[in-house]
Amino acid sequence: MTDRVPVLKIGDILLVSIQVDLEDQMVMDLQDDLSNRIVDTNAKGVIIDISALEIVDSFVGRMLATNASISRVLGAETIVVGMRPAVAMTLVELGLSLQGVRTALNLERGLKLLRRLSAGRA
Amino acid sequence: MTTDSKMPVLVETLTAQRDAFLAQWTQAVGEDLQGRLSLAELGRELGELYDSILRGLNAADFDSRGEHFAETRSLLIELSRSRARQGFTPTETARSVFSLKEVLEPSLAADGKGAQQYLQFARLLDDLGLLTTEAYVRTREEIISSQAEQLLELSTPVVKLWDGVVGVPLVGTLDSARTQVVMEKLLQTLVDTDSTHAIIDITGVPTVDTQVAQHLLKTVVAARMMGAQCTISGIRPQIAQTIVALGIEFGDIPTNASLSDALRQALKEVAQDAADDARGLL
Amino acid sequence: MKDYGAALASADTVSVANSSDVVSARQMVRTLAQRSGMSLVHQTKLVTAASELGRNMLVYGGGGVVRAATITDAGRSGIYVAFEDQGPGIGDLDLALTDGWTSGSGMGLGLSGAKRLVDDFDIDTGPGGTTVRIVKWGR
Repeated sequence: MTDRVPVLKIGDILLVSIQVDLEDQMVMDLQDDLSNRIVDTNAKGVIIDISALEIVDSFVGRMLATNASISRVLGAETIVVGMRPAVAMTLVELGLSLQGVRTALNLERGLKLLRRLSAGRA
Repeated sequence: MTTDSKMPVLVETLTAQRDAFLAQWTQAVGEDLQGRLSLAELGRELGELYDSILRGLNAADFDSRGEHFAETRSLLIELSRSRARQGFTPTETARSVFSLKEVLEPSLAADGKGAQQYLQFARLLDDLGLLTTEAYVRTREEIISSQAEQLLELSTPVVKLWDGVVGVPLVGTLDSARTQVVMEKLLQTLVDTDSTHAIIDITGVPTVDTQVAQHLLKTVVAARMMGAQCTISGIRPQIAQTIVALGIEFGDIPTNASLSDALRQALKEVAQDAADDARGLL
Repeated sequence: MKDYGAALASADTVSVANSSDVVSARQMVRTLAQRSGMSLVHQTKLVTAASELGRNMLVYGGGGVVRAATITDAGRSGIYVAFEDQGPGIGDLDLALTDGWTSGSGMGLGLSGAKRLVDDFDIDTGPGGTTVRIVKWGR
């Protein structure tokens, strides 16, 4: 049994802060957990904080993109926050650009962006 | 001294007259270097060298690149490095080695057998002398590459233009090593200063080819994935023409003709965001 | 690519049989890279490549062995990593190295992406298994 990444609820926002080196199974579990929680809580926004992640490979990259699409279908916007410079440079070289995924520099800016989105301004 | 050397005359002479030869050699080199090194120090250096060459010869070998001269080679490399640092020319360093030939010539070249061995020995010394030049060049190359690295750091200042806006003026030719450094520094500055906008100004870049365009595009995409917007400014008319002529896809890169335009645009967006945030808090 | 097989005599080794082993393998590579003083960006690229190749080995090769060692050549030092499995091999190598092509559930960036992230990349494949060898030089 592998660990699961906790999904926290704050108002109508779900916060996922990834603090450990991800195994593929955890990535798949997170995808399930997140879509279930969006439906259960009727969340309007999801923030995935990856500032602690030292690497993002194509598997995790795909999870981020898929999550953004799934949550949009379920009526919630996803913001990925805190990507490290070295990780961003590596993803570009790998051939991933996470198109369709909204991003912010850090958690605070992510929250602001969600607020703006719900006000229909971004 | 017992020896299995094929060069009995040479080795015996070198062994028997070690002190005399060494003194003459030190004298000759000392004159050549015009007193810039003390004779005592020179004598010690050349003494080590002399003994290691002798040990190599004892092993019946004239191959300067062979294992018997490994010690001699490392002594010479060290000698060459220290001379280079002290400001001696590579010629002076090589001549230090060559001058041993002149010292030995009168004693060895007199009879036929000695002359033959002397010639072989002279060839060995030529090789060893060249080795110092090689080492000298290598030392210089190390200095040059470390300076190039320092220059790389110097030539890419990332500056904060405004709250939330950083910029980097690029001057000179862009290659991948340099772009990597620029990219790294720019992205890190975004995080450190919590800036949402970056402007790369390429007014000082002489040409933009497909590769440079690729690098710029990568930087823009990486910044976007981190949650920031990156604009390229300062595209001169000739460069715009080149870009179009080369068929480079610049479509995904936000561009502005001038730095001031790019800055105005960025400031407008930063102000808009701030206004929205203020309204959200009320 | 030059033969760095000799370096593997003193290599660190991780056997990969499940996805948590892939995590151990990339941690091993990261530790080596950090110890060799590699820059953060180079480290990140190398570890990401190791992650892609480790997963590939597990998914398509049924698991295998990852070995990593520090190497030096012409005054520079780098990290050499070899991924060896006894799987069925890769049928069409050119196709497998094409961006976006996948026979599995990934994004099809595993092999081609990993190749772009490192300095040297070399692959041997046949019915007896697949070996991928990579080198990332330090800065």
